[in-house]
Amino acid sequence: MSSALLEVEGLRTHFHTKAGVVRAVDDVSFRVTRGRILGLVGESGSGKSMTGYSILGLVDAPGRIEGGRITFDGTDLTRLDAAAWRRLRGNRIAMIFQDPMMTLNPVLRIDTQIVEAIRAHADVSRESALARAREALARVGIPSPDERLKAYPHHFSGGMRQRVAIAIALVNHPDLIIADEPTTALDVTIQGQILFEMQKLCRESGTALIWITHDLSVIAGLADEVCVMYAGRVVESGTVAEIIDGPRHPYTRGLIDSVPSRNERGRPLHQIPGMTPSLLELAPGCPFRERCERVVAGCTVSPDVSEPLPGRRLRCHNPHAA
Amino acid sequence: MNARPDTPREPAMPLLELRGISKRFTSRLDLAGRIARALGASAREQTVHALDRVDLVVRPGEVVGLVGESGCGKSTLGRIVARILEPTEGERLWRGRAYGAYDNAGSRAERLAVQMIFQDPFASLNPRLRIADVIGEAPVVHGLVDRAARDEYVAQVMSKVGLDASLARRFPHQFSGGQRSRIGIARALAVQPKFLVCDEAVAALDVSIQAQVLNLFIKLREEFGLTYLFISHDLGVVRHLSDRVVIMYLGRVVESAPCDEVFSRPNHPYTRALLAEVPSLEATKRAYVPIRGEIPSPLEPPAGCHFHPRCPHAGDRCRAEAPALREIAPSHLSACHLNETP
Repeated sequence: MSSALLEVEGLRTHFHTKAGVVRAVDDVSFRVTRGRILGLVGESGSGKSMTGYSILGLVDAPGRIEGGRITFDGTDLTRLDAAAWRRLRGNRIAMIFQDPMMTLNPVLRIDTQIVEAIRAHADVSRESALARAREALARVGIPSPDERLKAYPHHFSGGMRQRVAIAIALVNHPDLIIADEPTTALDVTIQGQILFEMQKLCRESGTALIWITHDLSVIAGLADEVCVMYAGRVVESGTVAEIIDGPRHPYTRGLIDSVPSRNERGRPLHQIPGMTPSLLELAPGCPFRERCERVVAGCTVSPDVSEPLPGRRLRCHNPHAA
Repeated sequence: MNARPDTPREPAMPLLELRGISKRFTSRLDLAGRIARALGASAREQTVHALDRVDLVVRPGEVVGLVGESGCGKSTLGRIVARILEPTEGERLWRGRAYGAYDNAGSRAERLAVQMIFQDPFASLNPRLRIADVIGEAPVVHGLVDRAARDEYVAQVMSKVGLDASLARRFPHQFSGGQRSRIGIARALAVQPKFLVCDEAVAALDVSIQAQVLNLFIKLREEFGLTYLFISHDLGVVRHLSDRVVIMYLGRVVESAPCDEVFSRPNHPYTRALLAEVPSLEATKRAYVPIRGEIPSPLEPPAGCHFHPRCPHAGDRCRAEAPALREIAPSHLSACHLNETP
């Protein structure tokens, strides 16, 4: 196994609110290697986006990284100062957000925004930056990039805006891209196009990708490895085939079973009872135990991570048989 | 809830029928535009062609899934069925009679028979109303229950959709997304409808909650003999729930067939492309092969078949002439010229 580009170990991101401490990310560990795609799957409030923000140092007060290490290419990111962060973000690590308008400035032309992103990190002339911008737009499948460079974000459709956001993320040839639900708001055919292009780009350029989503079926077709998150913790991780075909954590199993295509048509769907617990002052023990069908007496104690097979991790007292 | 006595009817008569429904939204010119036009400039009103001669038949007890991408007109069609919008052209029939025939005082039950469930469980509930009012207002206004019996009635409806009746005094913001969906469903059920238009009713929910709400739809259908027009972009959800699937593209119906038929033998090139794009758990590590381009603007839809700019099989005829919906197999309709070339 090649050495990891990014290694997250025991990451804890907590929010100190007036109502109490919210453990949004609670002891999360995973690794990403070059040219591989890691899927981070979970429902709303599972801490998947906050994990991504923590890696990029984008956690705002009252949130704080309380513990753990984020090692990126040998450097511990939790110890960086603001200037070092600025050299890293948008250069070696890039992020794509769910809403492309979070990336794009509505009152600046596309060329201004891409050139700014290039010249922030490289000492190049405006002309050569423009050439790189044109190339970046072409690479993400935007037709007639020369004209499109002169357009404003509102001239683009939702899918095209997301491509521009991806182009900006790619323009400095980052080693790692963190994509937070970038296709959730898009139509199926447009999502298909973007997944296709992201997959191709990662294969060709050796970029590592963390794809954050709530949709297991997107991950099934795209990722190499998967981490399933629940209430701020990674409950199960492994390769895509292992997780989809042989889920062992009751939550993962429940999620996969509740996908309509896994159920007989017209019959009631398999469902996980209840809902995600509030992360505010979460009771000790396994956070899933209230909804779990395999709950045992020991579940009031938080389960430790076990590694039944190399690379396959599980956090459960009573998992399904392999 | 007690079921209303059914009016006598032919068994095969459609519950709902749409004939040649078109809907165009025209934005009026502002003052500057009108002055410019008066001075001879080429400013003109812009028209969105949301629906173009759509026919639809829904039989009693049927679940019809309406599928399409954003901007294809599926929500507009749902709103026209629910009488929130009026069509520009075309006829709407309920049990074989035009909608307008039910406007007299005696037809209240028929007017309330079509209800709508909206996509956004956050935006579609009035934040200042308690749940008891959200659910109880309409049945009281329409005289289905007395004001004195309202709370009891609301409790009854809430338990039908799996909500704890003791929460009736709360406000919408005190509920989770899944619970709000149930409130929206309870509000629609409170006026004892026969037909529900569900516009992306589960799209905003997490997977585990989505399964719970879909199960509720299945249960309510059996309990009250409801008919659904289920609008969704999610083919997995539609496949699970529907008896028949109608595919729309840019304001037109391109294919309509029984559910199994659509998924096993899709005919229209757009349907085939759509099915190929759906991410699925079974397709691990596949290479995505996307269809080209994007859905064109409904401001100026392309001539001929609306799908021709993206279609890999498009020919000259597709660019000139709009294909009609034709039956290509029993109860399988498709609008494609390719079905006629031998």
